[in-house]
Amino acid sequence: MTDDLDDLKSMMTAATPTPDPAKRAADLALAQKNFDALQGSRDGLRPTSVTGRKGLWTGVKTMFGAMTSRGGLTATTALVACGFLVATPVGQEMWRGAINDRNTTTFAEELQPVVADAELDVATASRQREAVEYLAEPVPNAPVVMLGDVASGPTAQMATDNFARTLPVDGALIVPEANTETFANADESPLKITSETPVSTFSIDVDTASYAVVRSSIMRGQLPSADAARVEELINYFPYAYPAPEADGAPFRPTVSMMDTPWNADTQLVHIAIQGRMPAIQDRPPLNLVFLVDTSGSMADPTKLPLLKQSFLLMLDQLRPEDEVAIVEYAGSAGEVLAPTKAAERQVIRTALESLGAGGSTNGQGGLEQAYAVAESMTEQGEVSRVLLATDGDFNVGLSDPSALEDFIAAKRDTGTYLSVLGFGRGNLQDSTMQALAQNGNGTAAYIDTLSEAQKVLVDQLTGALFPIASDVKIQVEFDPSQIAEYRLIGYETRALNREDFNNDKVDAGDLGAGHTVTALYEVTPVGSPARLSDPLRYAAEEPAELESNEIGFLKLRYKAPGADTSQLIETPILRDQTAGSEAKFATAIAGFGQILRGSDHVTDWSIGDAIALANAHRSDDAFGYRAEAIRLMQLAATLKGN
Amino acid sequence: MRMTTSDEDLALAAARGDGQAFASLLDRHYDRLFAFCFRMTGSRTEAEDLTQDICAALPAKLQSYERRAKVTTWLYRVALNAAHDRRRKMATYAKAATGWGDWEVARTETNAETASQIDWLTQAMALLPVDLRDTLALILDDMTHAEAAKVMRVSEGTISWRVSEAKKHLKALKEKEASQ
Repeated sequence: MTDDLDDLKSMMTAATPTPDPAKRAADLALAQKNFDALQGSRDGLRPTSVTGRKGLWTGVKTMFGAMTSRGGLTATTALVACGFLVATPVGQEMWRGAINDRNTTTFAEELQPVVADAELDVATASRQREAVEYLAEPVPNAPVVMLGDVASGPTAQMATDNFARTLPVDGALIVPEANTETFANADESPLKITSETPVSTFSIDVDTASYAVVRSSIMRGQLPSADAARVEELINYFPYAYPAPEADGAPFRPTVSMMDTPWNADTQLVHIAIQGRMPAIQDRPPLNLVFLVDTSGSMADPTKLPLLKQSFLLMLDQLRPEDEVAIVEYAGSAGEVLAPTKAAERQVIRTALESLGAGGSTNGQGGLEQAYAVAESMTEQGEVSRVLLATDGDFNVGLSDPSALEDFIAAKRDTGTYLSVLGFGRGNLQDSTMQALAQNGNGTAAYIDTLSEAQKVLVDQLTGALFPIASDVKIQVEFDPSQIAEYRLIGYETRALNREDFNNDKVDAGDLGAGHTVTALYEVTPVGSPARLSDPLRYAAEEPAELESNEIGFLKLRYKAPGADTSQLIETPILRDQTAGSEAKFATAIAGFGQILRGSDHVTDWSIGDAIALANAHRSDDAFGYRAEAIRLMQLAATLKGN
Repeated sequence: MRMTTSDEDLALAAARGDGQAFASLLDRHYDRLFAFCFRMTGSRTEAEDLTQDICAALPAKLQSYERRAKVTTWLYRVALNAAHDRRRKMATYAKAATGWGDWEVARTETNAETASQIDWLTQAMALLPVDLRDTLALILDDMTHAEAAKVMRVSEGTISWRVSEAKKHLKALKEKEASQ
């Protein structure tokens, strides 16, 4: 008897086709879009005391407003998903689950005409599939027509306007959205040919968010997406013991050295290190801190608001009695939870922190405006004010235009109030928004996934994070084409500047905090090296190098003293005989690891195992255990990659 | 050390709104899901459509996922329900029932021996009543009777009965062939 079944089973196995890869990808993308749409609508759909019934439309409306074209496509799905919610039994069941409220029917009635129209258009436009909900690929025209046909209420009309504006012209080019998390990253810096582009310019970056995001991915058994790894942030996560600046000179000291590239025997690395001065901590001016806390419904997760509270409590112990703290929360509406209070009154601050609870949707801008107003009221002559924005990055209500928000922050930066952004939780982390806000606010963006990370950002490195010692630090390197044939900047893709920006003091760049270190690496191919990827020009004007000179390039740095308008220049040659030390080697190991995570074309014959070996050999003191942790992380990543 | 998050943890993370967890989960199970859909429908295109339906609805279904169920059990139940819905929605029930009949087309593309086997498979599956066929679709995926019972929300005894019924059908078919 069993034989019959076994026969049947083997036959069935033979008969079962493997899924078509294209179809598979399309299905996965579809599922992900519906998933994303559901996340987006979930917050909006849940009527709360704050948002009331208006929540849904406001959410949808502002979602359109804030959208880029990629976001626009996600919204297409969101609309289709709205149709799905109402039009199908499954969807209706979901609605009942989501809102157990008598408003449901009214919502449904409001949506009904939209869905009916959409169904009609989609049915004709697509190949007569049964219903909207299973729309396989977005039909670019359908949603527009759908919205255009609806004249029910001003919100719908507004949505139409915004939507039509943001819809990409070429609707056929659909990039599947894998996740609601967005990461700011650009393509890897391309190889430059020295004779064509001898000068490379970029801004320093002391953010560390990328490292924490990478760590949180690996710790839960997934390799991070290539975009999540920004190599310079991985490198700059670690404190390095570079030579300190002289007591009365510039606020920081650059050190340039060279070494062989571990992943390519025929190229070399130029290692640029900047060590910021650590001012005497007891001399620091009093701090004015405004905690701007996102208390929207999405913050309820244990890795978000509860972790945030604990993190701030940790930080509180680092403050001095004369420092002042205020707390502003923002959800559907913004509100001051704690008026400016001296840090000496710990219990008052603690109680206010503990009282924060998650609920409602997010009104990022309203909160930000209020936080700045509070910060300005706290600032006295010679004091530093800073807004510390803590969020899961979901700025989806009240923000009509991301660039307007950036402008707002940039304007406030010029009046002396800085902004730092702390990211919490995964799932809808808008890393790119965080980056943009912190960069415009002269602050840092950090991602906090564990209490120990909070310890690092808010306790161990508090002084550096809160006290800038140099603003708008720009780096410009010129290579000598007779010595170096090709070069490549590792990381800093999102920080590239134009050559002319270097001397333009109006162009914003990264800031250096007290005691901060910044590391940048160039991979350079010497003239005559077999690793050279481009052929030398036959008719080149350059004369062949008579001699190998010691100087291969020149480093220039510009910075402003905090609050100053004009920049100062530091120059130093890049010399072959300055060999790199142990600290540089560790940075190199991390750079190699980061490039492997990014899937770089330039690091191919080198494995995570090699990076581990190199990092292990150069762990140095590692007082806080960061390097040991990085090595564990690399070991896990190697295992994951091997699977 | 293998760092693999369990299906259940991924599903819970996804239900809480973690998009990456959802992507990993679906990526893990897509092929198996597709194969299951194929066994229930008996045609590639039907299976593709059904899988797509499931993928589209899965995010919403995920809200109902609870830790006490295994992810595969839950996923198969979703798939099974989707297949039922789909059959109901078909303009004619006959169209769904003849899915296994469409194999004629595919059969000509495969070699003779496999073809005759597939032909037999087609016949055999087409002969089975829908509930027996769905039960076999589960059992043939190395599911125990107990697991299949959980998916179909019937008792284990019912599954065993259905399997023995299906075997009877198959035996009858073989005997019929032998007598010809």
